[in-house]
Amino acid sequence: MKTRWIATPYIVWMIIFTVVPLLLVFFFSVTVQTDDGIVFTLEHFKKLMEPIYLKVLLRSILLAFVSTLVCLVLGYPMAMILASSDLKRKNVLVFLFVAPMWMNFLLRTYAWLTLLEKNGLINSVLSIFGIKPLNLLYNNLAVLLGMVYNFLPFMVLPIYSVLSKVDKSVIEAAQDLGANNFKVFTKVTFPLSLPGVASGITMVFMPAVTTFVVPRLLGGAQFTLIGNLIERQFVLVGDWNFGSAISIVMMILILISMGIMSRYETESVEGGFFG
Amino acid sequence: MRFLKKFYTFIIFFFLYAPIVVLMIFSFNNSKSRAKWGGFTFKWYAELFRDDEILSSLYYTVIIAVISSLVATVIGTIAAIGIHNMSKVKKTVVMNLTYLPVINPDIVTGISLMILFIFIKLDLGFITLLFAHITFNIPYVILSVMPKLKQLNKHIYEAALDLGATPLRAFWKVILPEIMPGVVTGALLAFTLSLDDFVISFFTTGSGVSNLSITIYSMARRGINPKINALSTIMFITVLLLLIVVNKRTSRKENA
Repeated sequence: MKTRWIATPYIVWMIIFTVVPLLLVFFFSVTVQTDDGIVFTLEHFKKLMEPIYLKVLLRSILLAFVSTLVCLVLGYPMAMILASSDLKRKNVLVFLFVAPMWMNFLLRTYAWLTLLEKNGLINSVLSIFGIKPLNLLYNNLAVLLGMVYNFLPFMVLPIYSVLSKVDKSVIEAAQDLGANNFKVFTKVTFPLSLPGVASGITMVFMPAVTTFVVPRLLGGAQFTLIGNLIERQFVLVGDWNFGSAISIVMMILILISMGIMSRYETESVEGGFFG
Repeated sequence: MRFLKKFYTFIIFFFLYAPIVVLMIFSFNNSKSRAKWGGFTFKWYAELFRDDEILSSLYYTVIIAVISSLVATVIGTIAAIGIHNMSKVKKTVVMNLTYLPVINPDIVTGISLMILFIFIKLDLGFITLLFAHITFNIPYVILSVMPKLKQLNKHIYEAALDLGATPLRAFWKVILPEIMPGVVTGALLAFTLSLDDFVISFFTTGSGVSNLSITIYSMARRGINPKINALSTIMFITVLLLLIVVNKRTSRKENA
């Protein structure tokens, strides 16, 4: 087929709606509007290094890191159970596990809002036992809970898919050679599942570090992560330059973490990720 | 060990489903409280269908999802064929371009498009929302179609040409049927992604045009509202039924 040119409309579309917008973000991040017109500057990046913003940055990374870790600890056993169940039950279990993921992200977060709030179900159940209403909402823990709840399937599914492809005879061989269950896990199963763990980590860390919905709804209006900072610059403050600078930093952060993780992911897609 | 597995599965599923179930139960609660049961009612459902804000955002959600997934499927499928026939170097460049919106955080895609639209003086609204959705949908279509193209036997297209078919007819009669499963998967993926999107839509829409996610966000920010519970129940049951139908279809195909 000599039809290479038919990709041209797509390439033009992507240049207009993906490349140009990103160049604009970059442009805004390194310029400032002065009386003499637009000049080059790095002040927006310097501003991000001020303690208040640096704290937001570190807090976002830390929260995303902890939620990734919690997802891994909770999710790995679940992936193992899903992978080891017999075929007929497996389909049903995986289906049931994935179904909540298809519900709107905002509704899932909203569900926790109604559970955790001061007059919510958890507090009223506690009050039966004479426990005073707790402040369950608007703190780090509530945001963490929201992240884990929303992103847990992103950790479980890649690990599950790698584990279910593991050749059973490898495990049997290890057992025949005298390894106990613990040793089989640490020496065989876990190392083989690393590609799945790596994609799981990327798939949880990325949305966790960029989200602004979870912190806004479960953390309250005062709770600020990088996502909220960016949103505020564009929606409330109107400081596109600073907002763009934060976006650039966020993109670099994502690229670095993906770069680290992709070393462990063996199933790469042809032609993608910088070839 | 067996018991432990069952127990752990139960705990995780409880964690996943309890919030949704509670949400659904309280959509039938006659009192506005989230903790006390005031009797069974359908009144929140009735109010939901009288709420113009929700109805209009439902309309926009569906319209945008239908148009954007159709346009993205057409552009994406044609593009995938073009990319498939490119030289290796060119292919790598274009595929990296394709991955860009996939790996880019939604919020960055959202604000970058917003900057573009304002820069070229396009009023934020229906058209910008549509453009944004088409943009983030196309890569998923391409990524669904490419594997099917790779499996395709090169010679059947040539055979069709040798037998006197025009290139267009050969595409229509030979290539398209072969790659159809990938095209359908891509279209469905694009459709659901569009239905579900919040972040990119949030930054690229304006002047009263909003989708369901945006409406839910602004309602949830104002506090708890039982109408949202009713909406959740309807949406969850719809999705569940759709998933069961799709699953039945695919599992029947696998058995056949």
